[in-house]
Amino acid sequence: MMSAMRRGLTSAILAWSLADIGAAADIPPDDRRSGTTVMGPALQAMQNDDSGNPAGLWLADGQALWDERNGDADKSCADCHGAAATAMKGVATRYPAVDPVSRQPIDLEQRINLCRTTRQKAPALAFESRELLSLTALVARQSRGLPIAVAVTPESRPFIDAGNALFHRRQGQLDLSCAQCHDDNWGRHLGGAVIPQGHPTGYPLYRLEWQTLGSLQRRLRNCMAGMRAEPYAYGSPDAVRLELYLMWRAQGMTWEAPGLRP
Amino acid sequence: MPKAGSRRSPRKPLGEAVILFLLVAFAVLMTPRSGRGASLPCDRPASLTGRPGDIARGQAIVADRRRGLCLLCHSGPFAEPRTQGDLAPDLAGAGKRWTEGQLRQRLVDPRCFAPETIMPAYGRTTDLVRVATVFAGNPILTADEIEDVVAFLVTLRQ
Ligand code: HEC
Ligand code: HEC
Repeated sequence: MMSAMRRGLTSAILAWSLADIGAAADIPPDDRRSGTTVMGPALQAMQNDDSGNPAGLWLADGQALWDERNGDADKSCADCHGAAATAMKGVATRYPAVDPVSRQPIDLEQRINLCRTTRQKAPALAFESRELLSLTALVARQSRGLPIAVAVTPESRPFIDAGNALFHRRQGQLDLSCAQCHDDNWGRHLGGAVIPQGHPTGYPLYRLEWQTLGSLQRRLRNCMAGMRAEPYAYGSPDAVRLELYLMWRAQGMTWEAPGLRP
Repeated sequence: MPKAGSRRSPRKPLGEAVILFLLVAFAVLMTPRSGRGASLPCDRPASLTGRPGDIARGQAIVADRRRGLCLLCHSGPFAEPRTQGDLAPDLAGAGKRWTEGQLRQRLVDPRCFAPETIMPAYGRTTDLVRVATVFAGNPILTADEIEDVVAFLVTLRQ
Protein backbone atom coordinates (compact mmCIF):
# COMPACT_ATOMS: atom_id res chain seq x y z
CA MET A 1 0.00 0.00 0.00
CA MET A 2 2.80 2.43 0.89
CA SER A 3 4.66 1.64 -2.30
CA ALA A 4 1.51 2.14 -4.36
CA MET A 5 1.02 5.47 -2.63
CA ARG A 6 4.58 6.44 -3.33
CA ARG A 7 4.18 5.42 -6.95
CA GLY A 8 0.99 7.47 -7.19
CA LEU A 9 2.65 10.47 -5.62
CA THR A 10 5.71 10.15 -7.85
CA SER A 11 3.65 9.97 -11.01
CA ALA A 12 1.49 12.91 -9.90
CA ILE A 13 4.58 15.01 -9.22
CA LEU A 14 6.20 13.87 -12.44
CA ALA A 15 3.15 14.76 -14.50
CA TRP A 16 3.02 18.09 -12.75
CA SER A 17 6.67 19.04 -13.27
CA LEU A 18 6.71 17.86 -16.89
CA ALA A 19 3.70 20.04 -17.59
CA ASP A 20 5.62 22.97 -16.12
CA ILE A 21 8.71 22.34 -18.22
CA GLY A 22 6.59 22.22 -21.35
CA ALA A 23 5.06 25.57 -20.56
CA ALA A 24 8.13 27.49 -19.46
CA ALA A 25 10.88 26.82 -22.00
CA ASP A 26 12.12 30.08 -23.50
CA ILE A 27 14.72 29.74 -26.27
CA PRO A 28 18.28 30.05 -24.88
CA PRO A 29 19.99 33.14 -26.40
CA ASP A 30 22.57 31.08 -28.31
CA ASP A 31 19.88 28.96 -29.97
CA ARG A 32 18.00 31.89 -31.45
CA ARG A 33 17.67 31.83 -35.25
CA SER A 34 16.12 34.31 -37.63
CA GLY A 35 13.31 33.06 -39.87
CA THR A 36 15.73 33.66 -42.75
CA THR A 37 17.58 30.47 -41.80
CA VAL A 38 14.42 28.45 -42.49
CA MET A 39 14.43 29.54 -46.18
CA GLY A 40 16.41 27.88 -48.95
CA PRO A 41 19.66 29.50 -50.21
CA ALA A 42 17.98 30.98 -53.31
CA LEU A 43 15.45 32.96 -51.25
CA GLN A 44 18.16 34.02 -48.79
CA ALA A 45 20.24 35.38 -51.66
CA MET A 46 17.18 37.15 -53.09
CA GLN A 47 16.47 38.73 -49.70
CA ASN A 48 19.97 40.11 -49.32
CA ASP A 49 20.30 41.44 -52.88
CA ASP A 50 18.82 44.94 -53.04
CA SER A 51 17.99 44.62 -56.75
CA GLY A 52 16.54 41.11 -56.36
CA ASN A 53 14.35 41.73 -53.31
CA PRO A 54 11.01 43.17 -54.51
CA ALA A 55 11.03 45.32 -51.33
CA GLY A 56 13.37 47.59 -53.34
CA LEU A 57 10.31 49.05 -55.08
CA TRP A 58 8.95 50.18 -51.72
CA LEU A 59 12.35 51.58 -50.73
CA ALA A 60 12.36 53.79 -53.85
CA ASP A 61 8.85 55.04 -53.03
CA GLY A 62 9.91 55.60 -49.43
CA GLN A 63 12.85 57.74 -50.52
CA ALA A 64 10.55 59.87 -52.69
CA LEU A 65 8.11 60.32 -49.79
CA TRP A 66 10.98 61.14 -47.43
CA ASP A 67 11.93 64.06 -49.66
CA GLU A 68 8.39 65.25 -50.46
CA ARG A 69 6.98 68.33 -48.71
CA ASN A 70 3.63 67.54 -47.19
CA GLY A 71 0.82 68.71 -44.92
CA ASP A 72 -0.09 72.16 -43.65
CA ALA A 73 3.48 72.61 -42.39
CA ASP A 74 4.71 71.98 -45.95
CA LYS A 75 7.76 70.15 -44.63
CA SER A 76 9.42 66.93 -45.72
CA CYS A 77 10.93 64.32 -43.44
CA ALA A 78 14.29 65.39 -44.88
CA ASP A 79 13.66 69.02 -43.87
CA CYS A 80 13.72 67.97 -40.21
CA HIS A 81 15.98 64.91 -40.26
CA GLY A 82 18.34 65.29 -43.22
CA ALA A 83 19.41 62.20 -45.11
CA ALA A 84 17.61 59.00 -44.11
CA ALA A 85 20.81 56.96 -44.47
CA THR A 86 22.48 58.81 -41.61
CA ALA A 87 19.59 60.12 -39.52
CA MET A 88 17.64 56.86 -39.39
CA LYS A 89 20.56 54.50 -38.74
CA GLY A 90 19.73 52.28 -35.75
CA VAL A 91 16.26 53.75 -35.22
CA ALA A 92 14.25 50.66 -36.23
CA THR A 93 16.18 48.45 -33.77
CA ARG A 94 14.78 50.51 -30.87
CA TYR A 95 11.03 50.30 -31.68
CA PRO A 96 8.45 49.86 -30.22
CA ALA A 97 9.56 52.51 -27.74
CA VAL A 98 7.68 54.31 -24.99
CA ASP A 99 6.45 57.69 -26.22
CA PRO A 100 7.23 60.28 -23.53
CA VAL A 101 3.98 62.16 -24.16
CA SER A 102 1.45 59.32 -24.06
CA ARG A 103 3.71 57.05 -21.90
CA GLN A 104 2.57 54.17 -24.12
CA PRO A 105 4.77 52.11 -26.41
CA ILE A 106 4.44 53.01 -30.07
CA ASP A 107 5.84 51.06 -33.00
CA LEU A 108 7.78 52.40 -35.97
CA GLU A 109 4.65 52.90 -38.08
CA GLN A 110 3.01 54.87 -35.27
CA ARG A 111 6.17 56.93 -34.77
CA ILE A 112 6.15 57.84 -38.47
CA ASN A 113 2.48 58.78 -38.24
CA LEU A 114 3.21 60.90 -35.16
CA CYS A 115 5.69 62.91 -37.24
CA ARG A 116 3.09 63.17 -39.99
CA THR A 117 0.36 64.53 -37.73
CA THR A 118 2.34 66.69 -35.28
CA ARG A 119 5.24 67.95 -37.43
CA GLN A 120 3.99 67.87 -40.99
CA LYS A 121 0.40 68.56 -39.96
CA ALA A 122 -0.74 65.96 -42.48
CA PRO A 123 -3.32 63.20 -42.00
CA ALA A 124 -2.05 59.90 -40.56
CA LEU A 125 -1.33 57.18 -43.13
CA ALA A 126 -3.43 54.00 -42.98
CA PHE A 127 -1.82 50.82 -41.65
CA GLU A 128 -0.62 48.61 -44.54
CA SER A 129 -1.02 51.50 -47.02
CA ARG A 130 1.69 51.64 -49.66
CA GLU A 131 2.88 55.01 -48.31
CA LEU A 132 3.26 53.90 -44.69
CA LEU A 133 4.93 50.60 -45.67
CA SER A 134 7.33 52.47 -47.98
CA LEU A 135 8.40 54.97 -45.32
CA THR A 136 8.70 52.23 -42.70
CA ALA A 137 10.78 50.07 -45.06
CA LEU A 138 13.06 53.03 -45.83
CA VAL A 139 13.65 53.74 -42.14
CA ALA A 140 14.03 50.03 -41.33
CA ARG A 141 16.57 49.56 -44.15
CA GLN A 142 18.99 51.97 -42.48
CA SER A 143 19.47 49.56 -39.55
CA ARG A 144 20.30 46.42 -41.54
CA GLY A 145 23.09 44.49 -39.85
CA LEU A 146 22.73 46.24 -36.49
CA PRO A 147 21.72 44.38 -33.31
CA ILE A 148 18.17 44.78 -31.98
CA ALA A 149 18.33 47.10 -28.98
CA VAL A 150 14.94 47.97 -27.48
CA ALA A 151 15.17 49.97 -24.27
CA VAL A 152 14.52 48.03 -21.08
CA THR A 153 13.63 50.72 -18.56
CA PRO A 154 11.17 51.13 -15.70
CA GLU A 155 8.89 52.78 -18.28
CA SER A 156 9.06 49.98 -20.86
CA ARG A 157 9.27 46.99 -18.52
CA PRO A 158 5.54 46.71 -17.70
CA PHE A 159 4.71 46.70 -21.43
CA ILE A 160 7.33 44.04 -22.17
CA ASP A 161 5.80 41.95 -19.39
CA ALA A 162 2.31 42.51 -20.77
CA GLY A 163 3.49 41.36 -24.21
CA ASN A 164 5.11 38.34 -22.60
CA ALA A 165 1.78 37.41 -21.00
CA LEU A 166 0.01 37.73 -24.37
CA PHE A 167 2.67 35.55 -26.02
CA HIS A 168 2.05 32.80 -23.48
CA ARG A 169 -1.74 33.05 -23.36
CA ARG A 170 -3.72 30.32 -25.09
CA GLN A 171 -6.17 31.84 -27.53
CA GLY A 172 -8.71 31.17 -30.20
CA GLN A 173 -10.88 28.20 -31.05
CA LEU A 174 -7.72 26.03 -31.27
CA ASP A 175 -6.65 27.16 -27.78
CA LEU A 176 -2.98 27.63 -28.68
CA SER A 177 -0.41 30.16 -27.48
CA CYS A 178 2.33 31.75 -29.55
CA ALA A 179 4.86 30.14 -27.19
CA GLN A 180 3.55 26.63 -27.82
CA CYS A 181 4.54 26.93 -31.46
CA HIS A 182 7.47 29.36 -31.41
CA ASP A 183 9.22 28.43 -28.15
CA ASP A 184 8.25 24.78 -27.73
CA ASN A 185 7.96 23.49 -31.30
CA TRP A 186 10.15 25.65 -33.57
CA GLY A 187 11.98 23.62 -36.19
CA ARG A 188 9.18 21.04 -36.31
CA HIS A 189 6.59 20.88 -39.09
CA LEU A 190 3.10 22.30 -38.91
CA GLY A 191 1.64 20.54 -41.93
CA GLY A 192 4.23 21.18 -44.63
CA ALA A 193 5.63 24.38 -43.04
CA VAL A 194 8.64 24.57 -40.75
CA ILE A 195 7.71 26.54 -37.63
CA PRO A 196 10.18 29.43 -37.27
CA GLN A 197 11.09 30.90 -33.90
CA GLY A 198 8.92 33.89 -34.75
CA HIS A 199 11.45 36.72 -34.60
CA PRO A 200 10.56 40.18 -35.92
CA THR A 201 14.02 40.80 -37.46
CA GLY A 202 12.87 41.19 -41.08
CA TYR A 203 9.72 43.35 -40.92
CA PRO A 204 8.27 44.96 -42.93
CA LEU A 205 9.05 42.29 -45.51
CA TYR A 206 8.00 41.09 -48.93
CA ARG A 207 6.06 37.87 -48.72
CA LEU A 208 5.65 35.94 -51.96
CA GLU A 209 2.33 34.58 -50.68
CA TRP A 210 1.03 38.12 -50.12
CA GLN A 211 2.55 39.43 -53.38
CA THR A 212 3.31 42.59 -51.46
CA LEU A 213 5.19 44.09 -48.56
CA GLY A 214 3.56 43.63 -45.16
CA SER A 215 4.11 44.66 -41.57
CA LEU A 216 4.83 42.57 -38.50
CA GLN A 217 1.25 43.17 -37.39
CA ARG A 218 -0.02 41.69 -40.64
CA ARG A 219 2.12 38.59 -39.98
CA LEU A 220 0.70 38.32 -36.45
CA ARG A 221 -2.81 38.45 -37.89
CA ASN A 222 -1.92 35.43 -40.06
CA CYS A 223 -0.90 33.46 -36.97
CA MET A 224 -4.00 34.61 -35.07
CA ALA A 225 -6.16 33.50 -38.01
CA GLY A 226 -4.44 30.11 -37.86
CA MET A 227 -5.32 29.87 -34.16
CA ARG A 228 -8.85 30.99 -35.08
CA ALA A 229 -8.43 33.89 -32.65
CA GLU A 230 -9.82 37.40 -33.15
CA PRO A 231 -6.78 39.39 -34.36
CA TYR A 232 -5.63 42.47 -32.47
CA ALA A 233 -6.66 45.63 -34.29
CA TYR A 234 -3.82 47.43 -36.10
CA GLY A 235 -2.08 49.79 -33.70
CA SER A 236 -4.04 48.53 -30.67
CA PRO A 237 -2.22 48.44 -27.30
CA ASP A 238 -2.16 44.61 -27.32
CA ALA A 239 -0.67 44.46 -30.82
CA VAL A 240 2.11 46.90 -29.93
CA ARG A 241 2.89 45.19 -26.60
CA LEU A 242 3.22 41.89 -28.41
CA GLU A 243 5.53 43.50 -30.99
CA LEU A 244 7.60 44.97 -28.15
CA TYR A 245 7.89 41.59 -26.46
CA LEU A 246 8.97 39.99 -29.75
CA MET A 247 11.69 42.65 -30.14
CA TRP A 248 12.81 42.13 -26.53
CA ARG A 249 12.86 38.37 -27.15
CA ALA A 250 15.11 39.03 -30.17
CA GLN A 251 17.32 41.54 -28.32
CA GLY A 252 20.84 41.50 -29.83
CA MET A 253 19.80 39.58 -32.97
CA THR A 254 20.77 41.07 -36.33
CA TRP A 255 18.24 43.39 -38.00
CA GLU A 256 17.46 42.26 -41.57
CA ALA A 257 14.55 44.41 -42.76
CA PRO A 258 13.16 44.70 -45.31
CA GLY A 259 13.30 40.91 -45.57
CA LEU A 260 11.70 38.31 -47.79
CA ARG A 261 9.57 35.25 -47.04
CA PRO A 262 7.95 32.59 -49.23
CA MET B 1 4.94 10.69 -19.10
CA PRO B 2 2.34 8.49 -17.39
CA LYS B 3 -1.11 8.73 -18.94
CA ALA B 4 -3.67 9.91 -16.41
CA GLY B 5 -5.95 7.13 -17.61
CA SER B 6 -3.49 4.41 -16.54
CA ARG B 7 -3.81 5.48 -12.93
CA ARG B 8 -7.43 4.38 -12.79
CA SER B 9 -6.98 0.71 -11.98
CA PRO B 10 -10.30 -0.85 -10.81
CA ARG B 11 -8.53 -3.48 -8.71
CA LYS B 12 -7.09 -1.06 -6.13
CA PRO B 13 -8.71 -1.26 -2.66
CA LEU B 14 -11.02 1.66 -1.99
CA GLY B 15 -8.98 3.23 0.86
CA GLU B 16 -5.89 3.39 -1.27
CA ALA B 17 -7.81 4.79 -4.20
CA VAL B 18 -9.16 7.55 -1.98
CA ILE B 19 -5.70 8.45 -0.68
CA LEU B 20 -4.34 8.43 -4.21
CA PHE B 21 -7.19 10.63 -5.34
CA LEU B 22 -6.49 13.10 -2.54
CA LEU B 23 -2.79 13.18 -3.37
CA VAL B 24 -3.42 13.76 -7.04
CA ALA B 25 -6.13 16.34 -6.28
CA PHE B 26 -3.68 18.12 -3.96
CA ALA B 27 -0.95 18.17 -6.60
CA VAL B 28 -3.41 19.41 -9.19
CA LEU B 29 -4.76 22.13 -6.89
CA MET B 30 -1.22 23.31 -6.13
CA THR B 31 -0.51 23.64 -9.85
CA PRO B 32 -0.98 27.19 -11.13
CA ARG B 33 -2.86 25.94 -14.19
CA SER B 34 -5.15 23.70 -12.17
CA GLY B 35 -8.29 24.96 -13.88
CA ARG B 36 -7.58 23.08 -17.08
CA GLY B 37 -9.70 19.93 -17.14
CA ALA B 38 -8.53 18.66 -13.77
CA SER B 39 -11.73 16.77 -13.08
CA LEU B 40 -12.57 15.41 -16.55
CA PRO B 41 -12.87 11.65 -16.97
CA CYS B 42 -10.49 10.20 -19.55
CA ASP B 43 -13.03 7.89 -21.04
CA ARG B 44 -16.32 8.61 -22.78
CA PRO B 45 -17.85 5.30 -23.84
CA ALA B 46 -21.28 6.63 -24.85
CA SER B 47 -21.73 7.96 -28.37
CA LEU B 48 -22.36 11.72 -28.44
CA THR B 49 -25.20 11.26 -30.90
CA GLY B 50 -26.56 7.82 -30.02
CA ARG B 51 -25.65 6.71 -33.55
CA PRO B 52 -22.50 5.07 -34.84
CA GLY B 53 -20.24 7.36 -36.86
CA ASP B 54 -19.48 6.98 -40.56
CA ILE B 55 -15.97 5.66 -41.19
CA ALA B 56 -15.55 7.12 -44.69
CA ARG B 57 -16.75 10.55 -43.62
CA GLY B 58 -14.42 10.39 -40.62
CA GLN B 59 -11.47 9.58 -42.85
CA ALA B 60 -12.31 12.52 -45.10
CA ILE B 61 -12.45 14.90 -42.10
CA VAL B 62 -9.09 13.73 -40.75
CA ALA B 63 -7.47 14.01 -44.19
CA ASP B 64 -8.87 17.52 -44.79
CA ARG B 65 -6.36 20.02 -43.41
CA ARG B 66 -8.99 22.73 -43.09
CA ARG B 67 -11.71 20.70 -41.41
CA GLY B 68 -10.04 18.17 -39.15
CA LEU B 69 -6.72 20.05 -39.00
CA CYS B 70 -5.31 16.76 -37.66
CA LEU B 71 -2.53 16.54 -40.25
CA LEU B 72 -1.20 19.96 -39.28
CA CYS B 73 0.21 18.23 -36.20
CA HIS B 74 -0.06 14.47 -36.84
CA SER B 75 1.18 12.17 -39.55
CA GLY B 76 -0.75 9.08 -40.53
CA PRO B 77 -1.67 6.69 -43.32
CA PHE B 78 -2.75 9.39 -45.79
CA ALA B 79 -1.64 10.85 -49.12
CA GLU B 80 1.08 13.51 -49.33
CA PRO B 81 3.22 12.59 -46.32
CA ARG B 82 5.42 15.65 -46.93
CA THR B 83 2.61 17.97 -45.92
CA GLN B 84 1.87 16.16 -42.66
CA GLY B 85 2.98 17.62 -39.34
CA ASP B 86 5.40 16.19 -36.80
CA LEU B 87 4.21 17.85 -33.59
CA ALA B 88 2.26 14.79 -32.47
CA PRO B 89 2.33 10.97 -32.62
CA ASP B 90 1.58 9.17 -35.89
CA LEU B 91 -2.10 8.26 -36.02
CA ALA B 92 -1.35 4.77 -37.37
CA GLY B 93 -2.26 2.23 -34.70
CA ALA B 94 -4.32 4.71 -32.67
CA GLY B 95 -7.25 2.26 -32.70
CA LYS B 96 -5.06 -0.41 -31.13
CA ARG B 97 -3.51 1.83 -28.47
CA TRP B 98 -6.78 3.40 -27.31
CA THR B 99 -10.34 2.32 -26.68
CA GLU B 100 -13.21 3.95 -28.53
CA GLY B 101 -14.19 5.78 -25.33
CA GLN B 102 -10.67 7.15 -24.87
CA LEU B 103 -10.52 8.29 -28.48
CA ARG B 104 -13.88 10.04 -28.10
CA GLN B 105 -12.71 11.80 -24.94
CA ARG B 106 -9.40 12.70 -26.60
CA LEU B 107 -11.30 14.48 -29.36
CA VAL B 108 -13.97 16.15 -27.24
CA ASP B 109 -11.42 17.45 -24.72
CA PRO B 110 -7.92 15.97 -24.41
CA ARG B 111 -6.90 17.89 -21.30
CA CYS B 112 -7.32 14.94 -18.95
CA PHE B 113 -4.65 13.04 -20.92
CA ALA B 114 -2.21 15.95 -20.62
CA PRO B 115 -3.37 19.24 -19.07
CA GLU B 116 -1.03 21.34 -21.22
CA THR B 117 -1.48 19.43 -24.47
CA ILE B 118 -1.39 21.46 -27.65
CA MET B 119 -4.09 19.25 -29.15
CA PRO B 120 -7.27 21.34 -29.45
CA ALA B 121 -10.49 20.21 -27.80
CA TYR B 122 -12.73 19.55 -30.79
CA GLY B 123 -15.96 19.47 -28.82
CA ARG B 124 -15.37 22.19 -26.24
CA THR B 125 -16.72 25.75 -26.45
CA THR B 126 -15.85 26.91 -22.93
CA ASP B 127 -12.55 28.03 -21.30
CA LEU B 128 -11.55 29.68 -24.57
CA VAL B 129 -10.11 33.18 -24.98
CA ARG B 130 -10.61 35.57 -27.92
CA VAL B 131 -12.20 33.11 -30.31
CA ALA B 132 -12.59 34.71 -33.76
CA THR B 133 -16.13 36.00 -34.23
CA VAL B 134 -16.85 33.63 -37.12
CA PHE B 135 -16.13 30.62 -34.89
CA ALA B 136 -17.45 31.95 -31.56
CA GLY B 137 -19.80 29.60 -29.74
CA ASN B 138 -19.10 26.70 -32.12
CA PRO B 139 -16.93 23.66 -31.44
CA ILE B 140 -14.26 22.82 -34.05
CA LEU B 141 -16.23 19.71 -35.04
CA THR B 142 -19.91 18.92 -34.45
CA ALA B 143 -20.97 15.89 -32.42
CA ASP B 144 -21.77 14.05 -35.68
CA GLU B 145 -18.34 14.85 -37.10
CA ILE B 146 -16.60 13.75 -33.90
CA GLU B 147 -18.45 10.43 -34.03
CA ASP B 148 -17.37 10.00 -37.69
CA VAL B 149 -13.72 10.66 -36.74
CA VAL B 150 -13.91 8.27 -33.78
CA ALA B 151 -15.40 5.56 -36.00
CA PHE B 152 -12.50 6.03 -38.40
CA LEU B 153 -9.77 6.14 -35.72
CA VAL B 154 -11.03 2.84 -34.27
CA THR B 155 -10.19 1.23 -37.64
CA LEU B 156 -6.53 2.35 -37.48
CA ARG B 157 -5.29 -0.88 -35.97
CA GLN B 158 -1.78 -1.06 -37.36
C1 HEC C 1 0.02 26.62 -34.57
C2 HEC C 1 1.31 27.21 -34.69
C3 HEC C 1 1.51 28.71 -34.53
C4 HEC C 1 0.99 29.56 -33.58
C5 HEC C 1 0.05 29.22 -32.44
C6 HEC C 1 1.55 30.86 -33.85
N1 HEC C 1 2.36 30.81 -34.94
FE1 HEC C 1 3.56 32.31 -35.62
N2 HEC C 1 4.13 31.14 -37.22
C7 HEC C 1 3.79 29.81 -37.40
C8 HEC C 1 4.32 29.33 -38.67
C9 HEC C 1 4.19 27.92 -39.24
C10 HEC C 1 5.01 30.43 -39.24
C11 HEC C 1 5.78 30.43 -40.57
C12 HEC C 1 5.11 31.14 -41.64
C13 HEC C 1 4.09 30.37 -42.37
O1 HEC C 1 4.46 29.39 -43.02
O2 HEC C 1 2.91 30.77 -42.33
C14 HEC C 1 4.87 31.55 -38.28
C15 HEC C 1 5.46 32.82 -38.46
C16 HEC C 1 5.52 33.78 -37.45
C17 HEC C 1 6.32 34.99 -37.52
C18 HEC C 1 7.21 35.40 -38.68
C19 HEC C 1 8.61 34.91 -38.49
C20 HEC C 1 9.50 35.23 -39.67
O3 HEC C 1 10.67 34.87 -39.59
O4 HEC C 1 9.07 35.84 -40.64
C21 HEC C 1 6.11 35.68 -36.36
C22 HEC C 1 6.74 37.01 -35.97
C23 HEC C 1 5.16 34.91 -35.57
N3 HEC C 1 4.83 33.76 -36.26
C24 HEC C 1 4.68 35.28 -34.33
C25 HEC C 1 3.59 34.66 -33.69
C26 HEC C 1 2.86 35.20 -32.56
C27 HEC C 1 3.20 36.50 -31.86
C28 HEC C 1 1.87 34.31 -32.26
C29 HEC C 1 0.74 34.43 -31.27
C30 HEC C 1 -0.14 35.57 -31.39
C31 HEC C 1 2.02 33.19 -33.16
N4 HEC C 1 3.04 33.45 -34.03
C32 HEC C 1 1.26 32.02 -33.12
C33 HEC C 1 3.06 29.02 -36.50
C34 HEC C 1 2.37 29.51 -35.40
C1 HEC D 1 -2.26 21.41 -32.66
C2 HEC D 1 -1.86 20.04 -32.63
C3 HEC D 1 -2.83 18.89 -32.79
C4 HEC D 1 -3.94 18.77 -33.61
C5 HEC D 1 -4.50 19.80 -34.58
C6 HEC D 1 -4.47 17.45 -33.38
N1 HEC D 1 -3.71 16.79 -32.46
FE1 HEC D 1 -4.00 14.85 -31.79
N2 HEC D 1 -2.40 15.05 -30.51
C7 HEC D 1 -1.56 16.13 -30.44
C8 HEC D 1 -0.49 15.85 -29.50
C9 HEC D 1 0.66 16.80 -29.13
C10 HEC D 1 -0.71 14.55 -29.00
C11 HEC D 1 0.19 13.77 -28.01
C12 HEC D 1 -0.36 13.61 -26.63
C13 HEC D 1 -0.88 14.89 -26.01
O1 HEC D 1 -0.14 15.86 -25.87
O2 HEC D 1 -2.06 14.93 -25.69
C14 HEC D 1 -1.92 14.07 -29.68
C15 HEC D 1 -2.47 12.82 -29.47
C16 HEC D 1 -3.49 12.26 -30.23
C17 HEC D 1 -3.93 10.89 -30.16
C18 HEC D 1 -3.31 9.81 -29.29
C19 HEC D 1 -2.08 9.37 -30.05
C20 HEC D 1 -1.35 8.19 -29.44
O3 HEC D 1 -1.35 7.15 -30.05
O4 HEC D 1 -0.80 8.38 -28.35
C21 HEC D 1 -4.93 10.73 -31.09
C22 HEC D 1 -5.68 9.47 -31.40
C23 HEC D 1 -5.13 12.01 -31.72
N3 HEC D 1 -4.24 12.91 -31.18
C24 HEC D 1 -6.05 12.26 -32.73
C25 HEC D 1 -6.24 13.49 -33.36
C26 HEC D 1 -7.23 13.74 -34.39
C27 HEC D 1 -8.16 12.68 -34.97
C28 HEC D 1 -7.15 15.06 -34.72
C29 HEC D 1 -8.01 15.87 -35.65
C30 HEC D 1 -9.43 15.69 -35.64
C31 HEC D 1 -6.05 15.62 -33.94
N4 HEC D 1 -5.54 14.64 -33.13
C32 HEC D 1 -5.61 16.94 -34.02
C33 HEC D 1 -1.68 17.33 -31.16
C34 HEC D 1 -2.70 17.63 -32.08
